[in-house]
Amino acid sequence: MAGEATQQLTSKELWGGKISPFGISYGKMMMWFFLISDALTFTGFLGSLAFMRVHFADVWPITENIFYHFPFFHHTELPLLYVAFMTFILIISSVTMVLAVEAGHRMDKAGVTKWLFLTVVGGAIFLGSQAWEWSTFIQGSEHGAYDLGDGTMGRILNVEGAFEYEGETYEGTVIQLRDRSIASAELTAELKSTGQIVKGANLHENEYGLPLYADFFFFITGFHGTHVLSGVLINFLILLRVRKGEFEKTGHYEMVEKVGLYWHFIDLVWVFVFTFFYLV
Amino acid sequence: MKRDDIIEYSLYNHHSEEEGVKKRKEIYKVTIILAVITTVEVAMGMILGKALFLDNQSAWDMIKIAYIGLTVVKAAYIVMVFMHLGEERKSIRWVILAPYFFFLLYLMFFLLVEAGADVAI
Repeated sequence: MAGEATQQLTSKELWGGKISPFGISYGKMMMWFFLISDALTFTGFLGSLAFMRVHFADVWPITENIFYHFPFFHHTELPLLYVAFMTFILIISSVTMVLAVEAGHRMDKAGVTKWLFLTVVGGAIFLGSQAWEWSTFIQGSEHGAYDLGDGTMGRILNVEGAFEYEGETYEGTVIQLRDRSIASAELTAELKSTGQIVKGANLHENEYGLPLYADFFFFITGFHGTHVLSGVLINFLILLRVRKGEFEKTGHYEMVEKVGLYWHFIDLVWVFVFTFFYLV
Repeated sequence: MKRDDIIEYSLYNHHSEEEGVKKRKEIYKVTIILAVITTVEVAMGMILGKALFLDNQSAWDMIKIAYIGLTVVKAAYIVMVFMHLGEERKSIRWVILAPYFFFLLYLMFFLLVEAGADVAI
C-alpha cells in the first residue's frame, strides 16, 4: 500500500535523487519524527517513575487499594475496573481512527466523517473519565488515613459494631495497612489519640502513601491527558476540513492519516502508562 | 507558483472497495486481539493483585514480566497495523524504530541499576 508505484525500484533509483527514498511524503515523515521525540519524552517520565518505584519499593502504594472507585457504584470496591474501561475507550477510538484512514484511502468522504466523529467522541469520553479519576483521587477515601511514620499510610475504615480480627476486637474504626492487614488494637488506639489524619491527595500530601506517588500520578497522567486534549481538538478541526470537502479537491486524505498517527501514539502511550503505573 | 518537483505519495495509497473490505477485516481482527489481551491484563490485575504477592517476590516478578510482555505485544500491533508502519518501506521502519529502542533499552538499564544501588538520593 505504501507507494505501490515505487515498490519495484532499484537501490540506485531509490537513492539517486528526485524522490523520497522512504517512499513517504515530507509531512508524514515529520509526523513520525515528532512522535519519536514525544515517545522519548514519555519514556523519560516513565523511566524516572521506574527509578523511584524501585528505589522506594517497600513503601510504594499498591494501586488496587487506591483506584477502586467506579461512577455510580458507591461503597463498592471495583479495583482498577474504571481504568480498564478508560483503556478500552481509547483502544476503540484508535480503531475508529484507523477505519477513518481506511475510508480516506477509498475517497469515501461520508465514511471518513463518520469514523473521525466517533474518534472525537471517544477522546472526549476519555478526557471526562480522566477528569473524574483526578477528582476522585484528590478527594481521597471516605475517612482518610493515618500517617504511620514509616512512609506508609494506614487507611481508616468504619466498621459497624464489634469487629473481630486475629483474636482482637475493634469498635468503630479499623486501620488497614499497606498489605491489606489490620493494625493491632494497640497501634489503633495510639493512632486514634495522637495520629495525624491525611485526607485526599495533592502536591503537598498524599493519603495513599508517599507524596512522590501523587506527584507522579498528576504529572504523567496530566501530560498524557493534555496530549489527548490537543488530539481531540486537532481531530475536530480536521473533521471540519473533511466536511468542507477540502480533501476531495486535493485527491487524498493524507491529513487524516497524519493526525491518525498522532492519535495512535496517544493510545500507545496510554497502554504503557496503564501497565507501568497501574498494573506493575 | 505551484511546485512541480514534489511527488504526492499519498495518491498512490488509494485502494478499491474490495481491497477495503479485506483491510477492514484485518483491522477488526487486530481489534479483537487487543481487546482480548487487555481483558487478560485487567483480569490478572483484579485477581492476582500485588497485595497477594508481597511475600512471594519471584511470583510477582513473573507476573510483572507477563504484564510487560503483553504490553509490548499490544504496542507492536498498534504500531505495525494501526499506524501502518508494517506497510511502509524497510528503511523508514528502521529509521524510526532502531534509535528509539537503542535509547529505551540503555535508559531502562541504567535507571533500574541505579535505582537498586545502596546510595541515598
